[in-house]
Amino acid sequence: MTHDDDIVHATRRRFLTDAAALAGSLGLGLSLMVTPARATPETMRAAIKKVIGEASLQKGKVKLDLPPLVENGNVVSVSVSVDSPMTATDHVKAIHIFNEKNPLPDVLGVRLGPRAGRASFSTRIRLADTQTITAIAEVSDGTFWSASVEVIVTLAACVEVL
Amino acid sequence: MARALINVPAKAKRGEVIEIKTLIQHEMETGFRVGPNGQAIPRDIITDFICKYNGEEIFRADLHPAISANPFFTFFTVATESGTISFEWSGDNGFAVSETATITVE
Repeated sequence: MTHDDDIVHATRRRFLTDAAALAGSLGLGLSLMVTPARATPETMRAAIKKVIGEASLQKGKVKLDLPPLVENGNVVSVSVSVDSPMTATDHVKAIHIFNEKNPLPDVLGVRLGPRAGRASFSTRIRLADTQTITAIAEVSDGTFWSASVEVIVTLAACVEVL
Repeated sequence: MARALINVPAKAKRGEVIEIKTLIQHEMETGFRVGPNGQAIPRDIITDFICKYNGEEIFRADLHPAISANPFFTFFTVATESGTISFEWSGDNGFAVSETATITVE
């Protein structure tokens, strides 16, 4: 190995470490810049407040079914069912799903009525991070019921760059 | 034209609770992703889904960007009479698709 090679290697090594350090700091800066404003537990509460108004939220009646460990946050199957007889006088009017850490706190709002027969539906949603999902059901007597589930997300949705 | 798949039982007994499944082809672009040119890809999602049974609304959903691509819904209704069940999806950039299914109630 000649002296010249040594210099080349040294500079290359130097370049690589410098580049890594720079990429690290830049990456951090970039991710801060690019990442859109995220929903937080506070914005979720605000979004919930918009739906329920001044009414109080009670735990129970709602069953929120999500896999506890999510491998792909782009497709997460969710099913919600509410314990209700679904008659003309006592039925579920609406079901809403909220999250804490996606860019937006709202996920889905569903309206149904006594014609549904069963207060239940399922769909597929995106999750950007490990977080708590909340489902809220509005019953025809004006009460609101909720259920929350914590899910662990390994591959997040919404953050990939093309 | 986006493809939509609908699963409604062809026959049902009066008063029976039937399950309806729908799936529609759509990207559901969130508006939060960045394209190869460094610019944000504009939002393009389905915002509304309505299901009607002989003209009467039985199920409606307000969709947000957190709904996965190719929105899928399963829900229930009471088979009251023979007729048509119609499905309408609408969204950004004038997206509108409608489908119908017929059901015979005995």
